[in-house]
Amino acid sequence: MPTKTVINAAGRSVPLEINGQPVIPFKGVGKHKPEDRKYSPPIPTCSDYPDDGNKVVGSLEEALRKCGLNDGMTISTHHHLRDGDMVSNKIFEIASGLGVKDLIWFPSASFPCNDPIIKYLDDGTINRIEGSMNGPLGRYVSEGKMKGTAVLRSHGGRVQAIQDGEVKIDIAVIAAPTADSFGNAKGTGGKSACGVLGYAKADYLYASKVIVVTDNLVDLPCFPMEIEGNYVDYVVVVDKIGIPEKIISGTTQVTRSPDRLLIAELTASFLEKSGILRDGVTIQAGAGGTSLAIAVFVHQILKDKGWKSKFGFGGSTKYMVKMLEEGQMGFILDAQVFDLDSVKSIENNSNHVPYSVFNAYNYHSKGNLTSLMDIMILGATEVDLNFNGNVVTHSDGYLLHGIGGWQNCLHARNVILPIPLFRDRIPVIVDEVTTLCGPGELIDVIITERGIAINPLRQDLIDSVKGSGLPLRTMKELKDEAEKICGVPQKPQFEDEIVAAIKWVDGTVIDVVRKIRTE
Amino acid sequence: MESAVKQLISTDLEYLPDFLKENIYSTTRDRFRFARLYLPGNTPGLMINAGLHSADGIILDLEDSVAPEKKDEARILVRNALRQISFFGAERMVRINQGERGLEDLHFVIPHNVNLVLIPKCESGEYIMQVENEISGIKRKLNLRNQVYLMPIIESALGVEKSFEIARGSENVVAIAIGLEDYTADLGVSRTIEGNESFYARTRLIVSAKAAGIQPIDSVFSDVADMEALKQTVMISKSLGFEGMGCIHPRQIAVIKQGFAPDKTEIEKSKKIVLAFEAAKINGLGVVALGSKMIDPPVVARAQKIIDLAIRLNLLSSVWMSEIPPYEK
Repeated sequence: MPTKTVINAAGRSVPLEINGQPVIPFKGVGKHKPEDRKYSPPIPTCSDYPDDGNKVVGSLEEALRKCGLNDGMTISTHHHLRDGDMVSNKIFEIASGLGVKDLIWFPSASFPCNDPIIKYLDDGTINRIEGSMNGPLGRYVSEGKMKGTAVLRSHGGRVQAIQDGEVKIDIAVIAAPTADSFGNAKGTGGKSACGVLGYAKADYLYASKVIVVTDNLVDLPCFPMEIEGNYVDYVVVVDKIGIPEKIISGTTQVTRSPDRLLIAELTASFLEKSGILRDGVTIQAGAGGTSLAIAVFVHQILKDKGWKSKFGFGGSTKYMVKMLEEGQMGFILDAQVFDLDSVKSIENNSNHVPYSVFNAYNYHSKGNLTSLMDIMILGATEVDLNFNGNVVTHSDGYLLHGIGGWQNCLHARNVILPIPLFRDRIPVIVDEVTTLCGPGELIDVIITERGIAINPLRQDLIDSVKGSGLPLRTMKELKDEAEKICGVPQKPQFEDEIVAAIKWVDGTVIDVVRKIRTE
Repeated sequence: MESAVKQLISTDLEYLPDFLKENIYSTTRDRFRFARLYLPGNTPGLMINAGLHSADGIILDLEDSVAPEKKDEARILVRNALRQISFFGAERMVRINQGERGLEDLHFVIPHNVNLVLIPKCESGEYIMQVENEISGIKRKLNLRNQVYLMPIIESALGVEKSFEIARGSENVVAIAIGLEDYTADLGVSRTIEGNESFYARTRLIVSAKAAGIQPIDSVFSDVADMEALKQTVMISKSLGFEGMGCIHPRQIAVIKQGFAPDKTEIEKSKKIVLAFEAAKINGLGVVALGSKMIDPPVVARAQKIIDLAIRLNLLSSVWMSEIPPYEK
């Protein structure tokens, strides 16, 4: 039966029901304010747990059985092990072996290492994924092969969905680089160190059952514990939870592409000339090659001017760590670490501290850390003439990326997207984004190798760089230039069938992804 | 596609893409050629944004960076790039192949408003004339009036010995460059960072160029990751008398341009010398002195050159002298 759809506040046609559950169409930024109380997990009783505190069981299968693994359950995992994760796939291998069906996988993100999950989608073990879908998983979904409808949320939106009871986690499986028999766990230490475990916080606080899986069991207490054992039901010890070189990059690399370096240089120059970069500035940038180059240029400006950033919010990299160590940054608050220098720093530097997205990005937090950030550097697969952004699909219409923290970060004071004008001869600036992930009112500046476009809503920024010599252009001019070079690519064709829903940070539906027409 | 067809059948037919209006411009013989960016002629992906990096010249290379089996298609790609890609005012240069093949290359670039042709492995003034005649023939046949300058590249011991003859090979020769990889190979020595093995060749080429009234251009610096070493090399190059250098990566452009431009100290010192010279002239003095030091006429001439350069690079106002209060003159 066709799903009833409405036009939401962003002008997108969205359904009123997804996976048999009612959903709320996007109402506008900051408009949806749910009332009532947060969801609560079942009440445990401590007398049900071993007096000696030893919660270690023989295997992950035994733990899953003890948690009552059954058809239709929601299983959550975190992505701190990134492309080295050896735990998530194992859960579904066990479930498949046990004949369990229609599970919902609720990861904080997925990586190429999770591609084997496709066979458990094929055999019915998993009904759907509610989380990011990259590469082959995204293609699988876009081609309409997944039984249920995918739901994509931001990192903060994931916490919101848990707190609103929109997603009720039956079993949270938390891969932990170090843990003790009581279930206290942390992201540092051992052979699979990933730095922090912040993405798992909502999971262990709200799940009905929690399993900690570790390859580094230490004597109690595992200190400093990022996850407290009081929330943990079972501990499983395995040989390996991950592949170390795929968990953390030995080193993150600044882009070598001359064009990306030019974009980075222009971005740093814009930040300086607009006055956004100043003494006491707060900074957040990612770990992509262009972002790292921007960090290097910004660091040099801070040094030259004798300025100091008050704090940076990580994803940390060695370049941010360098700012901290050389005195151009006061603190690093960290949601995830990307390289070995950052792991070392968070272990040893008291001004480099874990700071979970549970607090930083959550719509239901009492205040939003990202709104305190002066500089927010983000990417996008497409941006349209109204500054709307897309991060999940490419212009071919295929779902290829997760949202990550992107939507949450749009609330920063100055949201800047340094992006190439075209990728593989496909223009990045389009009339209308294929999939709307972030409304244009929150995106302030687009910086390409061929010019800078400032959102007309930010007259203050436009005024700040008047006469600066920066190559200022309109989005229309940038789009026309891209099309003059690349031509106008054909638009992808879609069926009516909705294969994925894109949630806004407040849980409303901002857009959907439809099945690709392949004929 | 066009290249594939031409390999199968002999035809003069061409598929010419539109010529961008902004690509119709000429250059002057004395323009700056501090940094010229080399791009392989068969990789259009690198050409599209090349002009964004503010090189003084963009060299579309048909010679060493193109494999022999790719040379035919490179000609067509370079021709199309000259018509379709904007280099944002950079001098539009093409390095042709050696010998007969190089003369054939000219037919693919001269009709498409190339500003300058680089002639590799040049060893005689006679060959410069051959190139010049071929260009004149093409221009006559197609009734073209665009100015095409020449930059021979010296890459052998014989070339070094003949450098003055080459520099004067045609009135369209505006610069002469040295290619040290091939030159050191010809000598049978290794190229070093210190460059002692090529010191004679480099200085000889500079003298030939200056004597012929054209620009001497230094060899490329091949370690694209080492910007500090590049900076040092540019300093040495400038101090010897070179007026530019080739680049093989866009990140080298800014370092090279900055290096060849006069720095603040040089400009300030030159201003003082020129002012002292002017004051001496007004006072009818035959001898120019700056403090307790006597200034010779060649020193004044060099200072005036630096001032002129600084003005052309917008590093100094053209009316700088009138902006100085009388009591400071």
